[in-house]
This record gives sequence, C-alpha cells and structure tokens, in this order.
Amino acid sequence: MYADIYDKIKADHEFQALVKQRRRFSLILTGITLVVYFSFILTLAYAPSVFATSVYEGSVISLGIPVGIGIIIIAFALTGLYVRKANKDFDATLNRLKDDVGVAHD
Amino acid sequence: MTKFFFLSLFSFSLFGDTLSGEVEKQSLNLAAIIMFVIFVGATLFITYWAAKRTSTAKDFYTAGGGITGFQNGLAIAGDYMSAASFLGISALVYANGYDGLIYSIGFLVGWPIILFMVAEKLRNLGKFTFADVASYRLSQKPIRLLAAFGAIATVTLYLIAQMVGSGKLIQLLFGLDYEVAVILVGVLMILYVTFGGMLATTWVQIIKAVLLLSGATFMAFMVMKQMNFSFETLFATAVDVHPKAEAIMAPGGLISDPVSAISLAIALMFGTAGLPHILMRFFTVSNAKEARKSVFFATGFIGYFYMLTFIIGFGAIVLVSTNPHYLEAGKALIGGNNMAAIHLSHAVGGDFFLGFISAVAFATILAVVSGLTLAGASAISHDLYANVFNHGKPDEKKEMRVSKYATIALGTAAIFLGIAFEEQNIAFMVGLAFAIAASANFPILFLSIYWSKLTTRGAFFGGSLGLATAIILVLLGPIVWVQILGNAEAIFPYKYPALFSVSVAFMAIYFFSITDKSERAKEEEKAFEHQFIRSETGIGSEGASQH
Repeated sequence: MYADIYDKIKADHEFQALVKQRRRFSLILTGITLVVYFSFILTLAYAPSVFATSVYEGSVISLGIPVGIGIIIIAFALTGLYVRKANKDFDATLNRLKDDVGVAHD
Repeated sequence: MTKFFFLSLFSFSLFGDTLSGEVEKQSLNLAAIIMFVIFVGATLFITYWAAKRTSTAKDFYTAGGGITGFQNGLAIAGDYMSAASFLGISALVYANGYDGLIYSIGFLVGWPIILFMVAEKLRNLGKFTFADVASYRLSQKPIRLLAAFGAIATVTLYLIAQMVGSGKLIQLLFGLDYEVAVILVGVLMILYVTFGGMLATTWVQIIKAVLLLSGATFMAFMVMKQMNFSFETLFATAVDVHPKAEAIMAPGGLISDPVSAISLAIALMFGTAGLPHILMRFFTVSNAKEARKSVFFATGFIGYFYMLTFIIGFGAIVLVSTNPHYLEAGKALIGGNNMAAIHLSHAVGGDFFLGFISAVAFATILAVVSGLTLAGASAISHDLYANVFNHGKPDEKKEMRVSKYATIALGTAAIFLGIAFEEQNIAFMVGLAFAIAASANFPILFLSIYWSKLTTRGAFFGGSLGLATAIILVLLGPIVWVQILGNAEAIFPYKYPALFSVSVAFMAIYFFSITDKSERAKEEEKAFEHQFIRSETGIGSEGASQH
C-alpha cells in the first residue's frame, strides 16, 4: 500500500542526496571507530611497551590508561555526534520529504 | 601460562558468567536476603502491572513499541552489564591491573558501529524479531528457519552459561544450595516473561541497571575518597601492595598474537550486533529516532560502568588485598578473585552495603536471563510457529499462547540444563554463542539491509556455512579439543574462530547469491528498492500501539 509513495520518494532528488550524505557520514564515523580501535589493538599486539611509559616524569600512571579511557570517551562522543547530526539535519530533510508525499511524521 | 590465563578469563568474565572451580558456600547473609526479597517483590508487582497491559502479540514481544529512547538505553545497558562483566572485569583488574581495561574497550566499541550501521534500519524494517528484517524480501520459510535456529542456539548456549554461573554465584553470596538457586532463578524468569512479556522484562532491566550503576558509583566514590580523590595516590598505592608491582600499570598477556586479537575484536563487534536479545530491544521503541537515542544512552552508561569497574578493581587491590579479613591462608581472596568487588563493597560500606551489592548481583542475573528467554521464546512462537508452520497467517491468540508455552519450556529446559551442567566445563559456551551470532545472524541481517543482490539461496547456504564453520572451529579449537576432550594439540589453533567463520559466511553468501539465476532471485532483487526506501525513511514501518 506504500508502493506509490516509495516510487514518488525514490524519484526525489532531495531523497537521493539525503541517502548519500547520511551514508557518507555513517561510513566516516564507522571508519574512525575502527581505526581508533584497531590502532589500539595492534599497538598492544606489536608494541605493548609504548603503553607502559609514564604519562609524565615520575608518575606511576602509564600512558595506556588515558589512552584506554580516551577510547571509551571517543566511542561515546561519536554516538553523540551521530545522534545530533541525525536529529538536527537528517530528520529535518526527512520530515520535509514526508510532508511532500503526504505521510505523517513526528 | 598467559594463554591459559586468557582462556579462563574469557570463560568467566565475558562469556561465561561461569565461576569456575570449587565454590564455597557462604553463611546466610541476612541484609542481602532482605534486600533481595524487596527486589523480587517489586519486580513481581511490576509483572502484575505489566500483565494487565499485555494483551496483544505486539505488547508481548515489544512492550507495545512505546518505550522511550532513554528507557531503552538503560534497558540495553542492563542487558549488557551482566553479573559477569561486573564481577569478572573487576576481578581481572584486581588480578592484572591494566588488562581489565583492554577487555572492557573490546566490549564497548561494537556499540557505535551498531548505531552507525544497523540500529535505525533495524527499527524501520522489523516488527518483533531480527528474522523479520532478514526475511523481509526473501523467501520466508528457509530464512526464518535458519534465523530462528541461530537465535535459539545463541540464546540456549548463553542461557546455560548464565544459569550455571548464577547458581554458583548465589550459592556463594546467599548460602543457598546450587539446585535451589538455579530453580529460583528459573521460576522467577518464567513468571516475569510469561505474564509480563517485554514490558516487565524491560522494567526489570531498567531497575537493575539503575541499582547496579548507583552501587558501582558509590563504591568508586568511596574508593576515591579514601585516596583523597587522587588517581596518582590510588595507582601508586596499588603498585606498592600488588605482587606484580608496576606490571599492573602496563599491558600484560591479554593480547598474544595479532590473529587472535583481530578475531576476538570481530567476535565482539559483530557478535554484539547479532545477539537476538539485544536486537529485539530495538523494536520496543516507537521510531528510528528513539532507536538511535537508545544506543547513545546505552553507550554512555556502559562506558561509564566500565570506568567504574576499573576504579573498583584498583580499589580492591588497595583496600581488600591488604585486609586479612577478606583473605584465606594469607594471600588468596575468600571465594576467589571474582569476589573482589563483593569484598570491596563490604570494605567501603559494611554489612548493609555488602547485602545491597549481593542483591544487585542477583537482580542482574535475573534481568539478563529474562531478556534471553524472551528472545528465545519469540524465535519459537513468531518465527517458527507463526511464520514457518502457519505460513504467516496464525491466529494472534494462538501465537500468544505458543509464546507463553515456549517461555515455560525454555525456562524449564534452562533449569534442567543448568543443573546438568553444574560440574561440566562450559567455558566454550558463550564464546560459541558469540561466534554463532557473528557468523550466522549478523551477516544475513547486515546483507539483507544493504545488499540488493542478496538472494534466499545465498543467505540460506552462506548463513548455514558460517554457522557450521563457527561450531566446527570451536570444537577443534584449544578449549573443546584440548581442555575438554583431552587431546594433546588443537587442530584449529585459535580460540576465537570469528575472523574465519565470519569471512566464510560473507564469501559464501556472496557466491551463492551472484550465481543464483532463478526467477525468485530476480524478484528478490526487485523488491530491494522498496525495502531500501522503507529502511531509509521509516515510511510503512511498525508504529507504537496506542493504549
């Protein structure tokens, strides 16, 4: 029963642009997550001593701790970034599209 | 040595919730029992309340689809922060320091990926189970059959591991008999799920998540207070008293070789994105926007929780390992390293807080097994009964009845299996569950969303091959082949098959799809266009039911 609406949306340039933009954004964030995590894991596998050095002269705290906590924070920050962009930009475009084809949205 | 350590660690903290070895029964802890009774009373009241609001299949499977993103985020965090990750990761930090953090990070990084790639699409395309999405434009029977098999296998393995772990933990914390503990957990989870469905399960998860986060926050705060809120003091004191001294500040033997490291990373990432009880949570919210908010909150809560367990582990080194009250024969912790967080709760908050944390650990087990049982029951009633045996046209009343019978059957099976496996080595079970989730469930789900040329044939054969590869490699690997079957050397040298089995699944799905020249394959490719638009816009997707 949505077939007509789907066909109408498919032809819409704004929809095509939205899909492209959203996919690019998702892929960039996924890429950042993977690069950050795998750099961490591969450093652990090949050069673990890097993480054993002190954060500053005389400190007992090793570099690995701020790096590890940093990754947790980066992971959370990236989800925040995605949600903000999606709520603000992507949803606005999507709602406009839905208005055009006469579908209700929130 | 390090290899063996990693193995036993994996079996307990992440995967197994299995407290290995002999468990000593503790004396009855009155404060813990009173708080536990309060928790059970409150959750049974919620179940009663939820039961009155659970009349349709949609209510039962998805709580009517009206859970908010924030609530769902808490519930997902509740699903993910098991008693094992609380006790296991703090035990790991207690024993080895820094390695515990490496472990936590592996568990967390799957979440951003789930958000960026699958969460919203899943919500837009699905109804009750992830098989709804996988079979959206493919032939219902084979795909549902395979997806349901993957879901039931994952859930059952996970459930056995949880039941055995919970029996031992409760024995330790409350002084109950193992069988009594397992039966108690089984009966309570059957009650929650049968009567209260997803609504009760969700609220049990939320309450447990709040209790666990508050308890862990209090513990970390008290530790830091004693250290004058200085991390330098905390770590310096820990290095002073720990037998491994400054080695606890550096990476130890957790990551041994790159292949294992990458394979483990893949199992954790794709496995998380293929766990049926986690995926099902995305259908409880009203739309894609709430789905994405769920992951944002869940990632925040889980990340925060892992930071707390790191402080708790170091706190236990400083405050527990130096106090003879918690040690037996000089050195070892009473009850083993997995009790580090429990002893710390006593060290910072006395008998009352020890009781609170013990009750929270029990609540955590109940919440996790309820979520698992509901997901397993849904695969049986919605995928197998309604869509395979009744061709997608079942009587809703009958489907509901089947889902409740399935819950009771699964719960009863979990009790019997839990008792049967008490003395068995179940170290491989959750590892296998993650491997199946990553190698069968995830590839089908992911490609059905993104790849227009996916056909029924490709998904069925590829998914089955991924499943078979995961099972065979675990059987031939070091845990089952050497440790359990007693052979001298493993035929497959790595503990985590994911790198290989996931690759097999993707390649086989690709091959069997592109060589599929049938009429059906053409139809399926054509149907992708509308599916794609629905997945991107949410137009036509399941809305929240109004009550």
